[in-house]
Amino acid sequence: MTSTDSIPGAKTGGGRVGDSPLRPDGTLKVTGQFAYSSDLWHEDMCWGVTLRSPHPHARILGIDTTEALATPGVYAVLTADDVPGENAVGLEHLDTPALARDIVRYEGEPVALVAADHPETARRAAKKIVVTYEELPALTDPRRALDPDAPQVHEQGNLVREVTIRRGDASPTAPVVVSLEFEVGMQDQAFLGPESGLAVPAEDGGVDLYVATQWLHVDQAQVCRVLGLPPEKVRLTLAGVGGAFGGREDLSMHVHACLLALRTGKPVKMCYSREESFYGHVHRHPAWLRYEFGAQPDGRLVYGKADILFDGGAYASSTGAVVGNGGTLGLGPYDFPSVHVTARGVYTNNPPCGAMRGFGCVQAAFAHEALMDELAEAVGLDEVEIRALNGMREGDRNITGQLIDSAAPVAELIRTVRDLPLPPERTSTDLRELPGGVSNTTHGEGVVRGIGYAVTYKNVGFSEGFDDYSTARVRLEMSGGEPVVTVHTAAAEVGQGLIAVEQQIARTELGVERVVVHPKDTTVGSGGSTSASRQTYVTGGAVKAACEAVRTTVLARAGQRCGQTGLRLDGDKIVATSGEVVATLVEVLGDDAVEETVERRHRPTRPIDPETGQGDAHVQYAFSAHRAVVDVDVELGLVKVVALDTAQDVGKAINPDAVVGQIQGGSAQGMGLALMEEIVVTDGHVRNPSFTDYLIPTILDMPPMQIEVLEYADPHAPYGVRGVGEPPTISSGPAVAAAVRAATGKALRRVPIRPEHITGT
Amino acid sequence: MDFLAPTTWADALAAKAEQPDAVPVAGGTDVMVEINFDRRRPRALLDLTRVPELSEWGRTDDGRIRLGAGVTYSRIIAELRDELPGLAMAARTVGSPQIRNRGTVGGNLGAASPAGDSHPPLLACDAVVEVASVRGSREVPAAEFYTGPKRNALAPDELIAAVLIPRATGPQQFCKIGTRNAMVIAVAAFAIALQPQRKAIGTGIGSAAPTPRTAPDAAVFLAGEIDAAGLWESRGPLPEGLAVEFGRKVRDAASPIDDVRGSAAYRLHSLSVMARRAATWAWDDFRSEDRRAA
Repeated sequence: MTSTDSIPGAKTGGGRVGDSPLRPDGTLKVTGQFAYSSDLWHEDMCWGVTLRSPHPHARILGIDTTEALATPGVYAVLTADDVPGENAVGLEHLDTPALARDIVRYEGEPVALVAADHPETARRAAKKIVVTYEELPALTDPRRALDPDAPQVHEQGNLVREVTIRRGDASPTAPVVVSLEFEVGMQDQAFLGPESGLAVPAEDGGVDLYVATQWLHVDQAQVCRVLGLPPEKVRLTLAGVGGAFGGREDLSMHVHACLLALRTGKPVKMCYSREESFYGHVHRHPAWLRYEFGAQPDGRLVYGKADILFDGGAYASSTGAVVGNGGTLGLGPYDFPSVHVTARGVYTNNPPCGAMRGFGCVQAAFAHEALMDELAEAVGLDEVEIRALNGMREGDRNITGQLIDSAAPVAELIRTVRDLPLPPERTSTDLRELPGGVSNTTHGEGVVRGIGYAVTYKNVGFSEGFDDYSTARVRLEMSGGEPVVTVHTAAAEVGQGLIAVEQQIARTELGVERVVVHPKDTTVGSGGSTSASRQTYVTGGAVKAACEAVRTTVLARAGQRCGQTGLRLDGDKIVATSGEVVATLVEVLGDDAVEETVERRHRPTRPIDPETGQGDAHVQYAFSAHRAVVDVDVELGLVKVVALDTAQDVGKAINPDAVVGQIQGGSAQGMGLALMEEIVVTDGHVRNPSFTDYLIPTILDMPPMQIEVLEYADPHAPYGVRGVGEPPTISSGPAVAAAVRAATGKALRRVPIRPEHITGT
Repeated sequence: MDFLAPTTWADALAAKAEQPDAVPVAGGTDVMVEINFDRRRPRALLDLTRVPELSEWGRTDDGRIRLGAGVTYSRIIAELRDELPGLAMAARTVGSPQIRNRGTVGGNLGAASPAGDSHPPLLACDAVVEVASVRGSREVPAAEFYTGPKRNALAPDELIAAVLIPRATGPQQFCKIGTRNAMVIAVAAFAIALQPQRKAIGTGIGSAAPTPRTAPDAAVFLAGEIDAAGLWESRGPLPEGLAVEFGRKVRDAASPIDDVRGSAAYRLHSLSVMARRAATWAWDDFRSEDRRAA
């Protein structure tokens, strides 16, 4: 079992900060009663489906919808010609058509929409749409993207973004030099709830959209642009989200359902199949990485060089920010006197890539951690001490010159995981504990154990000068004779536990037991994205600030009543400095509610210098380390992860159980990339768009974990919190890869590591 | 799409005769996936779950198990692990518990995928498929049943009634490669059955050729070498060189392709390793049976 004993307050308490109260959505989810977006239903609704491009790159010569429209039960067939507003969406660049007009740039790009009275009718009608394509040469190798003769995916050229980081000596040399090349395959978020939602046309000519997403307000802005409607006519409400991991940052069916609803005048539901889902959202960027470290003979780093290429696929999505992370964080949590990093993201005709948990750091970590192990060997240190020696410390400057002004416990984290008990030598003959499991491929023959380490750091929140804020509206009123707090934010709960965290913060700040979390929608200001490990920090901070504002108002009112100052709120009582109860909350509030809305920003970040990459790009860093123990059947190339233990600094565990949950899930996701998770793309075509062939870890692949949670408060963050969700995904995979290298003695410079890579066949 | 739901075997055969393009469905773990993915649009589905005798198994007078086509993998694991150990081992690797509660050997034979988990042990055990139609019934040896990728020897009006599988007279093993430790389709699979009374060895290869197939040269080689060395009687240890050579010959019997699940070269390599190990385990089991008997 996973140990949570090390976390103070892990057991359910009063539901305040530091407790682990039951999540309001928890019981419903584990008993199968939670309503996800795919469960939405409306009287008289019809169903929308999407016709997608079969080609990675082609010109659309014509679209004939006659036969599809004539199909009984079909209400509408829409193409790019039916887009009333601007046919362009995108998180960073408006480069993505809502429906392709002249050119399709990847296999699976939406071309036309159908609404019908039954999903099957809609699907059949979609097949009757005749699209005439002229296939174009496709750019499918990102390493060729910047060649002069490469096919151009967009008019502005194939480079999405290039970041250079230069620091210290321009031409550094060192007595010890190690280098490697690494390749990372395309991982999918593999959320279980497919893209789905319901658009309901409204009497005012607008539309209400219920959808599973990560950032309602950015969706709203994009939908408005395409529909040509103002924000007050496009209202979004968060539907039940079945996981996100970055894959719901971009629009999927949002605009499509709204277009169909406005055209038909009927509510329209869209729900992707699993196969369509693989085409319907962005993936993690595959990456090609070339690294070189120089060091003193004692192992102390002298310089780090890296050249990183991300395949952004057909549209930019968040490639620019991923390149930013890959560049600014790409050498890992180490102290480098001299730095020379180039990171690029390019367009190709491969599936679009964008946000996924770990965001540019995951790919880099496989390379810098493999190279740290090389360096350790070159200078005769072990994997732990080389990291402890070079690990970042509070007061250091990172490779962009930013001062690390709160805890940076790299040495402590890596030594902590080293000192956790190791699993016993394998003695069991239970097949489930052997590589291959009950598939019975070994009874111990060929099985070699390996241990690997990795450490990482990740930026929390949006970076490089982005105006990153969240809005919270908090209302305190009496209801049924007791005080009730309502918390309203637009911050998406995607499964991570934000609703419980919002309740805990309100209980803590206002001393009120009953806290209602209002449905997440666009009638309150933006909560920012549920990504970048930021919501507990940013939206949690906004809820805290709004509660403080409510408290101030209540105490001011109480002060006016009793003529005293220095009052404080204690449960439902107002208490004077003397300790005397001067009023009850009921008396102060009466029938009035006190409501305050607060926008909260974290410390501003700054763009990096275009020449040197120097600048205070990030708001906060979160650190984690993993130790993986694997048993590898070296003859068959099959791997059993025996232990995957971790230590992570979370600043302050607002909800310790949720923290452990994030660490477990993130670790599994990182391990998945190391060993099995890859969207295989050949000549621009996805070859495994199903959970039959896109494999994610099962319970027999994921070992129990020992988890050490450190709480070194960040003085700049509310309660001292540090983002939790992403670091585990970054350091777990490289630790597993290192353990497999240790067991096999093979270099293994590509993930996922396939059996063939180990056996050499 | 018509949905036919006969409640007797005679009605099922009549329905199939009347609508030969009706697709039989039992657990639905293959058929429903194909329909849901819109890869297949049969004019009719012939639901066999209401025919009681299909979900029964029994022992025949000639030492075989007659396994109704609708017996689920879960029941094979629970009820037949002693008499059909190879098939039970394969059943244990099928999908998830939910899939094993639904999926059937009859369905595996009907789909005739080269990756079906039950095929290698059926081949290794010299199983015979009992097929029937309104015209009567016939028995098709498993080795002749698989006629091509996802094709089998059934006539359009025929249904699979049962599989006749000799009860194990010696140790059996089944191994399967997958790239995760559970819930995975075979990248390559191998089954072996020792038949000491006949001094014979049965083999079955999965996911490494257009159809499931046996490795007859390997089987004859190993049984012959064992016999030549008097090991059937002495139950002495299996020389490692023999197991290695057996593995090579099993590998040589395969003709796999590269696909998204694995390379042809890896499939060949893994077969040679699995065959070597499985032969060794089976032989060691054979030896320890003797010790137990003594």
